[in-house]
Amino acid sequence: MPIHEKTLIRPENLVTHESLVIDGMDVSGHWSTFIKPRTITDYNEAMQEEISALPGGENIHRCWQCGSCTNACTINAVNPEFNPRYWIYLIRQGLEEELLRDKEIIWQCVSCNRCTYACPRDVVPEAVMKATAHWLELKGHTGESPSSVFDRGFTDNVLASGKIEEGHVLRIFFWRTGQPLAPPWLRDLILGLAKKLPVFYLFNLLWTAVFRPRTRDWGKTGAAIEEYVRERHAEQAAALGLSGERRH
Amino acid sequence: MAKDMERPKSLKQVAYYPGCALEGTGHAYNRSTKAVGKALGLDLVEVKDWNCCGAMEVKNIDPQVQTYLSARNLAKTEEMGFDVVMAPCNGCYHNLKKAEYDLAHNRQAVEANARIAGKAGHHAYQPGGVETIHALDWIKRAVGEEELARRTAGKLKGMKIANYYGCMYTRPRHIFPQNDRGGESESSYKPHFMDDLLAAAGAENVDFPLKTACCGGAHAMSDADTSTELVLNILTTAEACGAEVIATECPTCHTSLEIHQLRAEKLLGRKTTVKILYFTQLLGLALGLSQRKVGVQENMADPRGYLKARGLG
Repeated sequence: MPIHEKTLIRPENLVTHESLVIDGMDVSGHWSTFIKPRTITDYNEAMQEEISALPGGENIHRCWQCGSCTNACTINAVNPEFNPRYWIYLIRQGLEEELLRDKEIIWQCVSCNRCTYACPRDVVPEAVMKATAHWLELKGHTGESPSSVFDRGFTDNVLASGKIEEGHVLRIFFWRTGQPLAPPWLRDLILGLAKKLPVFYLFNLLWTAVFRPRTRDWGKTGAAIEEYVRERHAEQAAALGLSGERRH
Repeated sequence: MAKDMERPKSLKQVAYYPGCALEGTGHAYNRSTKAVGKALGLDLVEVKDWNCCGAMEVKNIDPQVQTYLSARNLAKTEEMGFDVVMAPCNGCYHNLKKAEYDLAHNRQAVEANARIAGKAGHHAYQPGGVETIHALDWIKRAVGEEELARRTAGKLKGMKIANYYGCMYTRPRHIFPQNDRGGESESSYKPHFMDDLLAAAGAENVDFPLKTACCGGAHAMSDADTSTELVLNILTTAEACGAEVIATECPTCHTSLEIHQLRAEKLLGRKTTVKILYFTQLLGLALGLSQRKVGVQENMADPRGYLKARGLG
């Protein structure tokens, strides 16, 4: 097993005995550590199919478990628990319970595409991570992740006016995630910057915050996109056996 | 399509797609790109009625919508009679390239693009109509190192630079068919266009192993702790390589490096002093433009003292 996947040996699967004799052989001390044998009966046979039905999950069946994705992964380097290869394995095997142990970190993929670059089978692991994070949310296993809240606020802004105004996107994000409007470290930073900027630039910032940029000619474009997204999301909800309409 | 791409085009006048970030946090990049273009006798014509390319967010709502948003800008470029569009932001450049690829290879993307464009009332972009280039391609192809060396007279001499390209400039490989062709082409494993341009201006590029590492920009706000850790790694590595300056070519990377450099100092007590500047700011200064002209006053980690000491601006 590659050293960077050591985290897969979970503490609850290890047993240590001061003195243990099995079939007449003394296996106590350092050698008395075992991975518990277990029988799995609760496969979720629909899991792979459902995740494949979400955008980005299409190629998951191509994976042959080489581990290039995990080896290349930016987030794995800072958190060894973040393991795309392992999650793809669990999804393909239908081991839902094991996947759910990591449900709170799967959304943390930063879309750097190092995995997609390294993958010899065109699985597009980056997109599979996004599909998996969405699946967890849609199935109600997790709440909406901060990343999804940000994506939704951003997209709303684009659909409404064709362009985004960064300040507006940030305010929506902080408000929806229940954070103070700009956390203290960001506020200090903005104030520090404001001190050395020329007045006309500050005026410009204020101007764009009040009169938000808009694409001329945008017209019915936002409504056309919204209609398209609503249809796709309804199809995806149906594929996952959900009746309620998905937030978009 | 490939044949069309290879035909040499005049890049003296190209369509310009700044994107949302360059009107906000990346304003200094916008300012310095235009200033450098002007100083080099190149003409930028802004795409009329452009819209957001989808950045790193819209694809997570629906990937086909992102393709449409990017393709709309290519359609607008075509309507203006241009066959080259220059996008200095890595996110925009990436998404326009991806739309080009998807519309040539993905039936669902073609259908979504045709349907939404039809309802929005403009023509649906067909792949092959417009070539998307980065600001790096633009200056390299329109001006070239020789001319740049002549015009800058080695003004950046002695400046030790780590060139930071980020994720979206080269990955995933298949959407950048012009890369990795040997000769003068860009390398996706070890990009060098920015190195080439800054070296032409006299800079000393350090051997920096994290050229295409990720700054966590997509989650700069939603997962700030991870971003700070990733950025800190990039900053400390650049310093360990002997760099005084990190040159950037993407507003997301640039802002993320700046914000998290300050955040790391404030929250973790990890202070780094490496300066963060857009490559266009550096080229502008090398061409003799003032600090104000290239928007140095807008940089968060204030590099003005350092640049002054180097006799720039």
